[in-house]
Amino acid sequence: MIAPEVRPRLAAKARLRLDRKTNRYLLLYPEKGMQLNATAADIVQLCTGEHTVAEIIVRLAEKYAQPATVIEREVHAFLEALSERALLESGT
Amino acid sequence: MSEIRPYTLVAELTYACPLRCVYCSNPLDYARHAEGLETDAWLQVLRDAEELGVVQVNLTGGEPLLRKDLEALVAEAERLELYTNLITSAIPVTRERLAALRDHGLDNVQISVQDVTAAGADRIAGRRAFERKLRAARWVKELGLPLTLNIVLHRENLDRVPQMIAFAETLHADRLELANTQYLGWALLNREALLPSREQLARAREVAGEARRRLAGRMEILFVTPDYYVETPKACMDGWGRRFIVVSPDGLVLPCHLAHTLPGLVWESVRERPLATIWQASAALNAFRGEAWMPQPCRSCERRSVDFGGCRCQAYHLTGSAANTDPACALAPRHDLIEAARRGSDAGVSPRPLTYRSAVRSN
Repeated sequence: MIAPEVRPRLAAKARLRLDRKTNRYLLLYPEKGMQLNATAADIVQLCTGEHTVAEIIVRLAEKYAQPATVIEREVHAFLEALSERALLESGT
Repeated sequence: MSEIRPYTLVAELTYACPLRCVYCSNPLDYARHAEGLETDAWLQVLRDAEELGVVQVNLTGGEPLLRKDLEALVAEAERLELYTNLITSAIPVTRERLAALRDHGLDNVQISVQDVTAAGADRIAGRRAFERKLRAARWVKELGLPLTLNIVLHRENLDRVPQMIAFAETLHADRLELANTQYLGWALLNREALLPSREQLARAREVAGEARRRLAGRMEILFVTPDYYVETPKACMDGWGRRFIVVSPDGLVLPCHLAHTLPGLVWESVRERPLATIWQASAALNAFRGEAWMPQPCRSCERRSVDFGGCRCQAYHLTGSAANTDPACALAPRHDLIEAARRGSDAGVSPRPLTYRSAVRSN
């Protein structure tokens, strides 16, 4: 699991863009792409290397008015998925 | 037919290349398609492709760096928010040019490497190239660009996969593609020399699998198995005319990089009609879309929506008809062709003589 004090940053090879056909966010990287739901797109936009995982959870819990425990699961699962694909650079 | 959304444009900017690789995926008669599209036409292709839904562009060839307008094309792609991947031999490149491409918005650089020893690499490329590639790969990382290394695997280098992984780690590659040769084009001419044995392949795959687990999160490692050893055909291009648009150097709109080697299909150029019109209406692109064209056993096969009947070019170049089941499939009537090639490789000795890519061999 990615530690709460880590400040994840999107890997240089990935870029986020709005898909004009669907109005949803796409995360693009070499030869592949991932369609993101709203929460995932929010998480990616916070992966700038400035915010810790803990801060990202607090922010999103506020935005979606949901308990942090619910958001926490989603954030961790998504960050793990990004990390497995080498799409994150994790600084502390 | 309802609107089909492509996601990736493969822009083959030129067939010219300083290398003579024995498995080059350009057609044997590439010299016949030499007349390149002008800059404005390529800019229009980028805009039209984006309009159709394309989000990724592979700038490839031949050697795309031989085009002086590459910077302008990258800049336009950046303006359109397209993900740009430069697929290059890295031979005609300078550090300054890489920096300029980065500044214009290039997203990823993919360098082909033929082997991890200079002798092995230069034998496959048909010229001295290895040291220059190494230097270019270092520049890519120094400039902060993401680096993909693409190493095509075959009988002569497959036993060096452990060294290839170490090589990619040394260069801090972000991504390593270990892609077994696809036996079409020049590679089909050289199949006897290049096709590995089953044991060789199994060992390499295991090594790649271990490295993938060890390097997870740091380096992405892809291992592409040759369909000669899989028993199910590859989902070639994710289906014919479905997710990929290939535009050849002379502007032909194709479903893959070799479709213009198939007889009886008339390919249209963006010089004559807009890309979007060709993409939807081209009779050649519609020839193998969907499932109506499929013969048995494909038509009633439960995998038909997974592999789309495999590769039309492989079907044609091995069986003589593009409408046949891909012989890579164990259920194909002509799977014996694949089995015979495999038996040959198990019995074989290497090295064998190689035929190098050249413009003279036009047939």
